[in-house]
Amino acid sequence: LPAAVLLKDTKLMDVKLGQLGTWLAMRDFTPGGILGAVKRGYTRYYNKYINVRKGGLGGISMLLAGYIALSYMWSYSHIKHDRRRKYH
Amino acid sequence: MLSRLVLRAAPAALRALPPPVAVGVLHTTRPLHTTQQSLAPVPPLPEKGGEVRHGLIPEEFFQFLYPKTGVTGPYMLGTGLLLYLLSKEIYVVNHETAAAACILGVIIYGIKKFGADVAAFADKLNEEKLASARAMKSESIETLQKAIEEEKKEQWRAEGRSYLFDAKRNNIAMLLEANYRERLLMVYNEVKKRLDYQVAMQNLKRQKEQDHMIQWVEKSVIQSITPQQQKESIAKCILDLKALSKSAHAAV
Repeated sequence: LPAAVLLKDTKLMDVKLGQLGTWLAMRDFTPGGILGAVKRGYTRYYNKYINVRKGGLGGISMLLAGYIALSYMWSYSHIKHDRRRKYH
Repeated sequence: MLSRLVLRAAPAALRALPPPVAVGVLHTTRPLHTTQQSLAPVPPLPEKGGEVRHGLIPEEFFQFLYPKTGVTGPYMLGTGLLLYLLSKEIYVVNHETAAAACILGVIIYGIKKFGADVAAFADKLNEEKLASARAMKSESIETLQKAIEEEKKEQWRAEGRSYLFDAKRNNIAMLLEANYRERLLMVYNEVKKRLDYQVAMQNLKRQKEQDHMIQWVEKSVIQSITPQQQKESIAKCILDLKALSKSAHAAV
């Protein structure tokens, strides 16, 4: 029987749906922890899509699409007024 | 609150570690350098990045949905999501939509037309950098190889020094021999000269004595021949001659 992995150390994709709340609570929310998480995420994305021999379009286009989506979400309260119908 | 939890857990965790090593050794409570980490050689870069479909959605998403929904699943999801956003006006169609459509159209046209050329150009630049680095490496390797060969040759040359010394020894022996013989010859010549001198001296002395004696004898004989004796001898000679001539006439 393999040694039981602590809930703290499981990856997000292996966490069961019921344990999600506990798992989220156990994460490291100190500034150092958040910085570490950001750094990890950046490194993963960089090494997967950009730091390769023949990088393609997907690497930056995904970043741009994410930026577009985020800026749309932030300015939604302003765009709300351009809606064509009142009731949906 | 969470940090307090961590702080309370820390001493228990520390107590669980092995006790520190005795005095005189480095005071650590952690074993150092236990992993096989090494920074060289660096693994090479992967050839291609992660697959992205339509430039926007990573391939993993499609693979994630494939077992449950097959090939069209993500596309159905996308269409449904789009229709939901449009109908609920979570995505509002306004002037920005028209601008975005035009811009995206132009961008996509440009990428489709010039993408391959730009990629080839970038690859060429990369290849040049790599080629120069590789050239430097192979050059330095070649230089070192040559240095190794030279060194081996020098070692081989150094082995022959015994022959060199033998030749030198022979030379010196020959010089010594020649010098010795030269001096021997000189000695011989000198001695011969001295002996010749002695011999010549003796010869000269004897010759002088002889000459002197002969001269003296001649002188004394000539002195002893008085005029009286001269006349008598001449008369005797004439008589002898006459007798001889007579006998000669008789013979004829």
